Amino acid sequence: MADLAQTETKTLKEPAHHERLITGEPSFEHVTDSVSSIVESKTPKAWWVLFGISSSATLLLLVAIAYLFWEGIGIWGLNVPVAWGLAIVNLVFWIGIGHAGTLISAVLFLLRQRWRTSINRFAEAMTIFAVICALIFPAIHVGRIWVVYYVFPIPNQMGVWPNFRSPLLWDVFAFGTYFTVSLLFWYVGLIPDLATLRERATNRIKKIVYGVLSLGWYGGNKQWKHYEMAYLILAAIATPLVLSVHSIVSMDFAVSLLPGWHTTIFPPYFVAGAIFSGFAMVMTLAILARATFGLKDIFNMRVLERMNLIMLVTGSMVGYAYAMEFFIAWYSGNEYEMFAFVNRAFGPYAWAYWIMISCNVIVPQFFWSKKLRTNIAFMFIASILINIGMWFERFVIVVTLSRDYLPSAWGYYTPTFWDIAILIGSFGLFFSLFLLFLRFLPMVAMSEVKGVLPQADPHYAGNKQTYSQAVR
Amino acid sequence: MMELVKKIDRVILAEFGSSKELLQAAEKMRDAGYKEFDCHSPFLIHGMDAAMGLKRSPLGYIVFAFASLGLLGALGLQYWTSAVDYPLVISGKPFFSGPAFVPIVFALTILTAAITAVVGMIVINRLPRLRHPLFSSDRFGKFSDDSFFISVESSDKKYNEAHTAGFLKTIGGQNIEILKDE
Repeated sequence: MADLAQTETKTLKEPAHHERLITGEPSFEHVTDSVSSIVESKTPKAWWVLFGISSSATLLLLVAIAYLFWEGIGIWGLNVPVAWGLAIVNLVFWIGIGHAGTLISAVLFLLRQRWRTSINRFAEAMTIFAVICALIFPAIHVGRIWVVYYVFPIPNQMGVWPNFRSPLLWDVFAFGTYFTVSLLFWYVGLIPDLATLRERATNRIKKIVYGVLSLGWYGGNKQWKHYEMAYLILAAIATPLVLSVHSIVSMDFAVSLLPGWHTTIFPPYFVAGAIFSGFAMVMTLAILARATFGLKDIFNMRVLERMNLIMLVTGSMVGYAYAMEFFIAWYSGNEYEMFAFVNRAFGPYAWAYWIMISCNVIVPQFFWSKKLRTNIAFMFIASILINIGMWFERFVIVVTLSRDYLPSAWGYYTPTFWDIAILIGSFGLFFSLFLLFLRFLPMVAMSEVKGVLPQADPHYAGNKQTYSQAVR
Repeated sequence: MMELVKKIDRVILAEFGSSKELLQAAEKMRDAGYKEFDCHSPFLIHGMDAAMGLKRSPLGYIVFAFASLGLLGALGLQYWTSAVDYPLVISGKPFFSGPAFVPIVFALTILTAAITAVVGMIVINRLPRLRHPLFSSDRFGKFSDDSFFISVESSDKKYNEAHTAGFLKTIGGQNIEILKDE
């Protein structure tokens, strides 16, 4: 780490000319106060309203799942030919949302994009909650939930092991690893900030809870040294992991032999789409949090604009992938492959296809305009549209099943009330968990934000005193 | 290897005004021959390892070793279950389907690496440690907010309460406190 740190100080411009990553030049104490006070102050009314709505939706999820276990997956709109419905659509959607968090925390860390410090905690929390929502679907869709342990490497009653050549088993390992690594990454990042909350705690219960969670951290450099190494290693291994998880998800489709699914473009195309949708979700949440909690210095325009640029890049990659799929279908000369794509664009699900194209290909192109990508209202609407579009992308892929080789077997898949209830319920769970996070944990990585302030640099030339020096 | 919980009787604590002062003071402590001292700051200060004369963290090697075991374990699990314990012909594929085993080998390697990195960090830092003389100071809590401290443990060979406190003062330390484990 020391080597990296030295290279960084050497290669960067003079520290005095550092770009201001956090606007308004706050003192260290201001950062601590503005972030911690959100957790410490009285619960705002708006929080209760939002939590009431989202926890009601969570309740709907629980009811829908209970009914599903009672009655079986017949309550969903699944049937042949569309035997995979909203369960897999939602799974891929939520896992994809999670990818932005890992990208921000790991990939941007390795690339030394220090503007990430404002949003990484927030985005990592989003990752964990999105992965929790995602993991519900493969668990409940099995139908016979009491034998769900078949997906784990445990021999069944006849001594048979699961098939390790199956992408569905790869999913189990990929998701399990992804969830664990994200959780560990998030927790390691939280330790110094939990120590801050411990030191500021006013009552005994908080002091004990934050004290235990922060493990007795005292910010010594002998601790920081190993801490930074652990963080670097986690970032280094989470980077290939984030690329692999959605690649493995895409193989659920690509490893099959169906026209429209059996394509080699799927892994990179899924990864780009995942990052695209994830950034859109971070944007939606960041704008809401910024408006509600007044963290305009930290979630500043420079950070938001860069996120929009990432959406522009990944959105264009997704658009390119859509075009390339069509081109390859034509170029292959395979009439089934060609039919699958023409059917997507002009068949019975054309409405879904064109929602997908408008939201995912056209909307991000507006970010070429500096005026639009720095407009809060526009980026908020765009981020929501992109999330809708990315949900429909997975829907379009799955309903390709509705028309296969045999016209007499064609069908039209319509989700039932219970399909929709579980989708809405998963949003409820996601927002409930996110609101709890905002209430009880620091939503901005304070120690990292302080580390990018100009006065944090030991070679800082300015004479600005920190607040505590001024009052001393 | 150090014992699991090291007993620390006394600690001298001195406060410094900025990360710059802390770094310069750390260099002077290092040059004066102190070893059992630590620099407390609200965030990681780049260049502090060199200033304190610390070696690179060994965590990377530990993680590499365990991740290699994870890799071999994952390969072994799939080989043994698919080709030895209950070989089953599925879609006419070989019992040991190398390429099809790669995703799980990859995932489990990452998983062991991540768990080792976090558990290793906690163990090397001898955490969780909820009791420490430092926590008896009223000022010390600000380390997690905006203050910078150097603490010297009584186990240091050069530790001499009066002399060390005086030295910390000459290198710019303020509010010098002597803390005992209560």
